[in-house]
Amino acid sequence: MPVKLMIVDDSNIIRSKITRTLSQHEIEIVAAASDGEEAIRLFAATRPDVVTMDLTMPRMDGLECIRALRKLKSNVRILVVSALADKATAIQALKEGAQGFLCKPFTETELTDAMEELLGGA
Amino acid sequence: MDEQELRIFIDIVSQYFENQTGRPPEIGSPYLGDHSELPIYEFTGVIGISGTRQGCVYFTAHRDLLRQLLLHVGEPDVSDKNLKDLVGEIANTISGNARRHFGPDFMISVPVVVAGNADSIQVPRNVKAYILPLRWHKMDAVLVASLQ
Repeated sequence: MPVKLMIVDDSNIIRSKITRTLSQHEIEIVAAASDGEEAIRLFAATRPDVVTMDLTMPRMDGLECIRALRKLKSNVRILVVSALADKATAIQALKEGAQGFLCKPFTETELTDAMEELLGGA
Repeated sequence: MDEQELRIFIDIVSQYFENQTGRPPEIGSPYLGDHSELPIYEFTGVIGISGTRQGCVYFTAHRDLLRQLLLHVGEPDVSDKNLKDLVGEIANTISGNARRHFGPDFMISVPVVVAGNADSIQVPRNVKAYILPLRWHKMDAVLVASLQ
């Protein structure tokens, strides 16, 4: 069975790039959200196995969204995909419940490798 | 802002283009901008900076450069909607990557994207604005960093 993925990013071209790249790897894109609030709504409806999560977004940012997903007691695996390149932010994201961190800009190979590492640790 | 900090932005914008397209831009000589004549091209992505530093960072480019960049990264949709999205994402990525050097208290806003209208871009007049011209595939763009 393919892994079910939800993409959370306020950039359409990033959502499109992640979709193009990961659709070739036995991953089914079940939802795409442009902010944290939309992600919470779509999460309940689609129950993904994995989420890629941007951090800087309008309305609800990525860290707040990760906290909200964890409150739902889900065991979804979360790969943060963000331009925020400082170590403190990566550590905070991992503390909040993410399992991986990929810094923007990223190549298709870097995304695939990060996802394989995330799923390999499941 | 000093020369060393300007170097940080030069490195980041070069790495952005190299990572995404395999080809770094040619970087021109940076210069201090006149606030009444800051360069603005067709599409501009602006990031407000707050926290330990205050000011803004913006990236501005013409349609042709943004279209080529989208095609290079495999995005077939080169509509104006995606050109605006891209210019905002470039500004966001450059500013976010700068936190590797400035630290987590270098707070960045979500991008504001402006198409054409220079009047709506607010650069603090009391802060120097460094202009970083760049050329990629013979097309021009500019990064402006204005930080207290």
